[in-house]
Amino acid sequence: MGTVPIYPRGMPAADSARIRAEIDALYRRESRRIFATLIRLLGDFERAEEALHEAFRAAMEKWPGEGLPQNPVSWLVSAGRFKSIDKQRRDQRFDHLEDRPDVSESLTDNAPAFDEREELLEDDRLRLVFTCCHPAIAPDAQVALTLREVCGLATEEIAAAFLTPAPTIAQRIVRAKGKIRDANIPYQVPSREQLPARVDSVLRVVYLVFNEGYSASSGDSATRADLSGEAIRLGRLLLELIPEPEVQGLLALMLLHESRRETRATADGDLILLDEQDRSRWNRKLIEEGATLTRAALSSPRVGPYSLQAAIAAVHAESPSAAETDWSEIIGLYDLLLRIMPSHIIALNRTVAVAQLQGPELALEHLDGLLADGVLDDYQLAHAARADFCRRLGRNAEARSAYTRAIELTAQGPARRFLERRLAALPA
Amino acid sequence: MKYLCLVYLSPEHWNSAPDDACLACGENLRQKGQMLGGSPLHPAHTATTVRVRNGQVSVTDGPFAETKEQLAGFYMIEARDLNDAIQIAAKIPPAQFGSIEVRPTRELVPGVLQAAAAVGP
Repeated sequence: MGTVPIYPRGMPAADSARIRAEIDALYRRESRRIFATLIRLLGDFERAEEALHEAFRAAMEKWPGEGLPQNPVSWLVSAGRFKSIDKQRRDQRFDHLEDRPDVSESLTDNAPAFDEREELLEDDRLRLVFTCCHPAIAPDAQVALTLREVCGLATEEIAAAFLTPAPTIAQRIVRAKGKIRDANIPYQVPSREQLPARVDSVLRVVYLVFNEGYSASSGDSATRADLSGEAIRLGRLLLELIPEPEVQGLLALMLLHESRRETRATADGDLILLDEQDRSRWNRKLIEEGATLTRAALSSPRVGPYSLQAAIAAVHAESPSAAETDWSEIIGLYDLLLRIMPSHIIALNRTVAVAQLQGPELALEHLDGLLADGVLDDYQLAHAARADFCRRLGRNAEARSAYTRAIELTAQGPARRFLERRLAALPA
Repeated sequence: MKYLCLVYLSPEHWNSAPDDACLACGENLRQKGQMLGGSPLHPAHTATTVRVRNGQVSVTDGPFAETKEQLAGFYMIEARDLNDAIQIAAKIPPAQFGSIEVRPTRELVPGVLQAAAAVGP
């Protein structure tokens, strides 16, 4: 939007440049909220997108001459809505002038009046999140649609983040929007009885986005701060709107991971493991916020999986060193987590804590029990953990073959280089 | 005796039969008292599958019946939106044992040749 060149007459160049800069900032800060409201008012994603751009175009034409309106957001919503209704009226007149002359009249009469109360605008953003994460939309399309429509990422950015060709992402988004329209997925926050199940699917999408940003599954950059930042922003928005313990838990979990972002890699992009990170550089502010949220989430009568994972992350974050970490507390938290959410990956993480508290021999025993089930066959971290336990036990031949298998399964540059260094450092 | 005639089409033939022809066919049967109801459907990618297991409703994208599951019946329902339709579908007794595919219908439109195109899987 900021690229639309408008040079109004009768306005000092500096002033109109300032207003254009304000419009740019407004676009970055508010365009997705305005978009969410326009979807409710216009009932259609495509029309809302078009109306959003028309509204900012109108602002670029009018504001440099007339100055900023008192409430720019509601000005933009109204402008977008009127432009869209006007356009539809013209289209319908063109299509059906002879046989359906009254359609355009009824359309304006039925268009809901725009209510600019702040809480309604916030509800619109929540409506948009719930619509994009509706379980009737395919899971990978939920993620793409959320990033596109709620976060405003371009299709190419989403494609780059997920290492998926842009046309594939575009097709997922088009198909998902088609389903919203054709199957009539309502633009609403679910009712109280449906809310718990629906919140789960929203949290899952947000955490997927965060993880993709935190540990990109392949490619040569270990961190994709933008995606994680978007996920945290979504987490904060959700918590404002749904103050549930698991929403607190997820936000806490993301903040606690994020606090370590700067220390997870060397300047060359090589991975640094948790026990070797410079803890003095962990972001105290994020840790404090995350730990406070974790405590609040854990005080709820029903503690969920995000809150427990946040609790584990908080124990790490608040320990002065790996050696001084309360590993038995971490193992206890893993046990609780496994009880509510049995998973081989969680059980694998538990073995790493067991190795710290009780030594690699017992950890290897537990891990081999898990590997025997076959579920973790193609999971690189299982082989990397096995390699590490064997290395510490001096079982070098086994360590070597486990590192080799882990490297085969690892596409991501830094993680792969880390494993290759460990493999090379093994005594012959 | 009542019969249910199910219409199957591959994506490349999704728009082959014009709406006008389908309207004429229905009208012809209606005049003879042989048409009880019918409607074209939106393509399969607009479908949602509803299952109920242990009292929990599960909702997934797509028409994914288990391969052993056979078409066993149908309900034509009026619902406010997809959420409403999912709630109704979850109360259909076989939802506890099999799956209910919820597919939106569309209107036949006189003079229109192209409906929304079906997309291959």
